[in-house]
Amino acid sequence: MKRSLSALLIGAMAAGLAAGPADAKTFRYAFQGDLNALDPYSLNETFTLGAMGNVMEGLTKRGKDLAIIPGLAERWEVVEPTRWRFHLRKGVKFHNGENFTADDVLFSLDRMRTPGSQIKSRAPADMKAVKVDDHTVDFVLSQPNPILHYEWDTWYIYSKSWAEANGATQAQAATATSNSPASLKANGTGPFMVMSHEPGVKTVFKPNPNWWGKPEHNLTEVIFQTIKSDATRVAALLSGEIDMMDPVPPQDIERLKSAPNVQVLTGPEIRTIFLNMDSFRNELLYSDVKGKNPFKDARVRKAVYQAIDIQAIKTRIMRGMSEPAATVISPLFFKGATQMSRHPYDVEAAKKLLAEAGYPKGFSVEMDCPNDRYVNDEAICQAVAQMLSRIDIKVKLNAMPKAKYFEKAGPTKKYDSSFNLLGWSPGSGDAWNVLANIIGCRDADGKGATFNYGGYCNPKIDELAKKILVENDIAKRDAMILEALTINHNEAGVIPLHQQALAWGVSKKVEIVQRADNQILFYWAKVKD
Amino acid sequence: MLAYSIRRIFEAVIVMLTVALLAFILFRFVGDPVNQMVGQDTTLEDRERLREELGLNDPVPIQFARFVSNAMQLEFGMSYQVKQPVTRLIAERFPATFELSIAASLFALLLGIPMGVYTGIHRDSWISKTFLSLSLVGISLPTFLIGILLIYIFAVILGWLPSFGRGTVTNIGGWRTGLLSASGWKAIILPAITLGLFQMTLVTRLVRSQMMEVLRTDYIKFARARGLTSRAINFGHALKNTLIPVITIIGLQLGAIIAFAIITETVFQWPGMGLLFIQSVQNADIPVMSAYLMLVAFLFVTINFIVDLLYVWIDPRIRILSRET
Repeated sequence: MKRSLSALLIGAMAAGLAAGPADAKTFRYAFQGDLNALDPYSLNETFTLGAMGNVMEGLTKRGKDLAIIPGLAERWEVVEPTRWRFHLRKGVKFHNGENFTADDVLFSLDRMRTPGSQIKSRAPADMKAVKVDDHTVDFVLSQPNPILHYEWDTWYIYSKSWAEANGATQAQAATATSNSPASLKANGTGPFMVMSHEPGVKTVFKPNPNWWGKPEHNLTEVIFQTIKSDATRVAALLSGEIDMMDPVPPQDIERLKSAPNVQVLTGPEIRTIFLNMDSFRNELLYSDVKGKNPFKDARVRKAVYQAIDIQAIKTRIMRGMSEPAATVISPLFFKGATQMSRHPYDVEAAKKLLAEAGYPKGFSVEMDCPNDRYVNDEAICQAVAQMLSRIDIKVKLNAMPKAKYFEKAGPTKKYDSSFNLLGWSPGSGDAWNVLANIIGCRDADGKGATFNYGGYCNPKIDELAKKILVENDIAKRDAMILEALTINHNEAGVIPLHQQALAWGVSKKVEIVQRADNQILFYWAKVKD
Repeated sequence: MLAYSIRRIFEAVIVMLTVALLAFILFRFVGDPVNQMVGQDTTLEDRERLREELGLNDPVPIQFARFVSNAMQLEFGMSYQVKQPVTRLIAERFPATFELSIAASLFALLLGIPMGVYTGIHRDSWISKTFLSLSLVGISLPTFLIGILLIYIFAVILGWLPSFGRGTVTNIGGWRTGLLSASGWKAIILPAITLGLFQMTLVTRLVRSQMMEVLRTDYIKFARARGLTSRAINFGHALKNTLIPVITIIGLQLGAIIAFAIITETVFQWPGMGLLFIQSVQNADIPVMSAYLMLVAFLFVTINFIVDLLYVWIDPRIRILSRET
């Protein structure tokens, strides 16, 4: 009887009928950071994109395994190498009741290119959109692009008329003196609607009764709150005030696992943590070696690589919550990465390499490290410094907050760093992004691979990257990617450390899918009685 | 009195300008706000353009002059992160901090004064000794630790009180209060104790020492000789005379409580100004930081000013002295 009753109620909910409080299923979750502006074009950041991904949708979506699946486009095909045709889903309505049509797609493309937009890289700047009919759009390119739609799952489609009526035709610019309503309101096609939003405090979502898809959740309400303090977030979960929180601080994982009402969901994340050595300058800025740059010598870089005991970092610092990496892209995004393996940890070999390179007594160098950006970032740097002391490289560590760190070690201060730690996850989920941003060449100002904080350069990688960008044959393309990554590996251009692991604390009452990109998508969440 | 007030106002303006200047110099060292505003894939050109638009490339004196002239019109710009006007953000967050500060002060007074009186009268009883050792804990333990301890005891183990947030909030003409709902009252207990504990120990010790001093004075001895009840002596005569310094201290401390609620607000995720400030520091959100610092400076200056005026009004000696000169 009870079961049939609840089945009836769930059916009633799905049909969009008002549900009484007795069967209300509220999912309350907390994250360490804020959900600031609700304009998903104004901040290209995983958490914001994930939260808005419950409310708005792109032409494509990504499934539970990150595979690209149809979203607002039912299907698409490459008509010619430079012309992609997207067939839009019919009968889709925005939350305010308007129909979704090709005009909204064209408008969203324009909006994505407005000055305040932070997601301009979602499509090539010279791509044109052509409306074929109300539910067909062609995208015309100047050159073939096999990964054109890879990031379109987070290029959310705006309603043209709503944006015009609400003064939200431009992505909210950080400098604007008046704020656009889109920073506090949202209108999408997604399975949830934003009911209220107080930045930094609380955001309330309700299911969209008219959603085009079949709901995989059983929720009637979702409440998001920021809880900044680690200890408080853990306490709130343990006391049952929230149903889910992210992230679980590594030191609390065991304690949460032993609690009766809570489980810890862990899984590999796509972000890779790695070390950069300044191999760009002719003399290091922060070292006792004068007149030359030891990091320009691949043997020195390899010595540093082999002196790092990655297993010790995994067990002692990450408490098992990391996956040692052989290259700077996760195997989840590039299968070929599994064919690569790390240079083995070998202190003797490292010492020999250093001696061969002419530094038998080592040298000193300063290392810059963020202390509030990645999981245990500062502790990892301390461990690296300690490990390098075994091969007589004396590391002076400068740990600093991320706002400071990215300014110093990055292009703003012209890469004012000799040795540093960085994390990267390719927004497109494709290896080309890594080649173009992390291991490609750059000049002193950062033109080229801007996020190559060490400045390592092998022109062969750049050449390969150019070909990879336009190669439509996947097998050939993958072979070239592997070649480029292998060049970097052999020369130890950067030193990959690990992919950090995700850790969500989840109440045992809740079932939720943990996707490796760390987006919290509650349209896959179920709350049990 | 008028000349005195004008002089104090002039001094206050100088203090505010100094704070603004110091804050501005400090902002050179908080890091790059642009990096916190853009996504990782943003090109260098876009970053540079944004920096130019925000005026971050201008010389510091020009930025400072622009800031001061805007600030005089109460215009603090837009938050880099939340993309809302800073004045509105702070106005929205002020009620939370204010209610918490008042609750903390009341807690400090309502517990601190009786404890101070008791320990002042019964110096050697074991209850006094317990109170005093407890107050030592309040002074020596850091705020965040007290907060976390309270959360674990009352939220996790006992499950009586919420561990974070403000509970249900009611909006009355723009002032969002948590004091009209049961969940709001429950939510304010732990943060108020955490924030007020230090003040409470301060009040206890202050009242105690004042009491001990007053009880030795002649008029108390005369009162005893007149055969008054000890209740009338202790509360009617002694306590009244100890309260003047206590009120002064609490008045001054209110500014400190509001300004330094930062840690308590972070531990309890209390959506007040302090939490806003911490978030803005982490993201190098300069407009929020500068407005907050100016507001805190303004609060201190104002409270000091009022206390000074009250002194003149309460203590006739100062008044007479200034008239003579």
